[in-house]
Amino acid sequence: MSLLTVSDLTVSTADGRTLVDGLSFSIAKGHRLGLIGESGSGKSLTALAVTGLLPPGLRASGTVLLDGTPVIGANERSLNRLRGRVAAVVFQEPSTALDPLMRLGNQVAEPLRRHQGLRGAALRAAVASALEEVALPARVAHAYPHEVSGGQRQRAAIAMALACRPALLIADEPTTALDVTVQAEVLALLDRLVAAHDMALLFVSHDLAVVGKVTDEVVVLSSGRAVRTGPLRAILADPQDDYTAALVASARRLDEALGGAL
Amino acid sequence: MRRRVFLIAGIVLVALVVGIALVSLFWTPFPAADTTGGRLEGPGAHHLLGTDKLGRDLLTRLMIGARIAVAVGLGAVALGAVVGGVAGLLAGFANRWLDDTLAALLDILIAFPTLLLAMLVVAARGASLGSAIVAIGLAMSAIVARLTRVLVKRVLAMDYVTLARTSGVSWPRIVTAHVLPNIWPTMAVNLALQFGLAVLAEASLSYLGLGPPPPNASWGRLLQEAQSTVLTAPIGAIAPGVLLVVLVVGVNLLADGLRDVADPTRRGHR
Ligand SMILES: Nc1ncnc2c1ncn2[C@@H]1O[C@H](COP(=O)(O)OP(=O)(O)OP(=O)(O)O)[C@@H](O)[C@H]1O
Ligand SMILES: [Mg+2]
Repeated sequence: MSLLTVSDLTVSTADGRTLVDGLSFSIAKGHRLGLIGESGSGKSLTALAVTGLLPPGLRASGTVLLDGTPVIGANERSLNRLRGRVAAVVFQEPSTALDPLMRLGNQVAEPLRRHQGLRGAALRAAVASALEEVALPARVAHAYPHEVSGGQRQRAAIAMALACRPALLIADEPTTALDVTVQAEVLALLDRLVAAHDMALLFVSHDLAVVGKVTDEVVVLSSGRAVRTGPLRAILADPQDDYTAALVASARRLDEALGGAL
Repeated sequence: MRRRVFLIAGIVLVALVVGIALVSLFWTPFPAADTTGGRLEGPGAHHLLGTDKLGRDLLTRLMIGARIAVAVGLGAVALGAVVGGVAGLLAGFANRWLDDTLAALLDILIAFPTLLLAMLVVAARGASLGSAIVAIGLAMSAIVARLTRVLVKRVLAMDYVTLARTSGVSWPRIVTAHVLPNIWPTMAVNLALQFGLAVLAEASLSYLGLGPPPPNASWGRLLQEAQSTVLTAPIGAIAPGVLLVVLVVGVNLLADGLRDVADPTRRGHR
C-alpha cells in the first residue's frame, strides 16, 4: 500500500480560480518523488494540501490519503495525529521556518518533547543527537537563528522535521534560499538521512538539476496541471512538450555551470 | 553599551518618580488641603518650592501629582494592554468574518474622541481618578488592539507557526511560545508611548474638571493653574512640567531597553 496517494487533487480560490488542477500521484513507503515546475505552477500549494495546511480562503477537493487516512475534509485533531509522525515538512525559507526569538535547541526540542514525551536530561541528550545527526555543532543549541548561517538554519529545520521520525518527508525547495555550495551540502545531508531512516520523500523544486540529485521519479507541473510524469532520465532524454523542454534546457545550463553530470 | 546606558537612565528616571509617589503615600511636607502658607511664596526654608496662589505647598502637590501620574499611567496601560491585547489576539486568530467585524469596530472606536468617551465614563461613574483611568484605558485599548491584531497576523503567517501546527502544537502553546514573545518587543515600546500619552491625557481631562477632584491635583492641573502666574512665579509651571518630562522620557528609555533585552536579534546592534 502506498504511503501517500493523491488523486484528482484540485485547489481553488473562493472566487473560483483553479490553482491546482486534477493532480494525481502516489508515493510508496521509502520511495521518492520530485515535484517540479516553474514559479507559480502550484508546487507549494500541492505540498500544503497534502498535509491539510492550505492558507485560509483556498479549498482542496479530490482525495489525499496519508497512510490510509483521508486528509481533505479531515478535522484538525486527526490531521495533527498525522503531521509530524507520518509526514513532516521542511520549508523553502529557513529564516521564516524558525522562530527568531527562540534558541535553536528549544525549537528542536519542541517536537521531541511532544511526540516522544522526553523531558530533562533525556530531552537534552535527544536534542544533542538530533543536532549531531544534521552535522551541527552542539553550541548551536544555544544560538538564536540570526546567529547562525542560512545553511545551519536549514539543517536545524531538517532536524526538527526528522524529530518524530516521519514516514514521509516533504521538502519544499529546501535549498533554494542557500548558496550553491551550501545547497549541495544540504542536499547530500537530506539524501543521506532519508536513506538512513528509510523515509519516503516528496521533493519540491523548480530546478531539475537539484531534483536530479535526490530522486529519479518526477511529476512536472505547469499552471497547476501535471504535464509529465515518469523517470527523470526519460524526461531528460525526451522532453516531449515545450514547457518540459525549457525546464530541461535551463537545468542543463545550470548544471554545466556547476560542472555537473545531467 | 550605549543601549545599556539608556536602559539604566530609564530605570533611574522612572524610579525617581515612582519613589516620590510611594513616599507621598506616607509623608508629605504639608497635608494636601493645607492653605496656611502665603500666596505665591517663592522657594524657601518653610516651603521648599514655594506655594501656589491659594497658599498650598507646591512640593506637597507635586508629590501627590506623582502618585496620580503613576497610577494613571500604570492603570490605563494595564487596562489598555489587557482589553486591547485580548481583543487583538482574538481578531488575529479569528476567521475572516469575525476579524472584519472586529477590525471595523476598532476603527470606529479609534475615531471616537477620547474626550467624549471620558465624558460618558464620568457621567456614569462620577469624576474620579478611577474614571480617568477607565476612560483613558478604554480609548487606549482600541489602539492596542489594532496593533496587536496586525502583529499577531504577521507572526501567524510565519512558517514556524505552520510547522508548529504541523507537528500538532496546541493553539494556547503557540500563543505563549511563539506569538507573545514575537509581538512583545514592539508592544512594549508602544505601551511605553501609551503610558506617556495617558499621563498627558489625564492632564487635559483634569483641566476640564473630568479628573480626580481637589485637593488631589495632577501635574496637568498644576500646569493649568500655574498658567496665569507663570511670569510672577514660574516655578509653579516649571516643576510639574519637568517632572512630566522626566516620567515620560524615563518610561520610553526603559521600554526601549526592555525591548532590547526581550529581542535577541537586537542585542549588540547600534
Ligand atoms: N493564498 C492564496 N490565495 C490565492 N492564490 C494563491 C495563494 N497562494 C498561492 N496562490 C497562487 O497559486 C499559484 C501557485 O502558487 P504556489 O505557491 O503553489 O507556487 P509554486 O509553484 O510553489 O511557486 P514558487 O516556485 O514561486 O514557490 C500562484 O499563481 C499563486 O499566485
Ligand atoms: Mg513554492
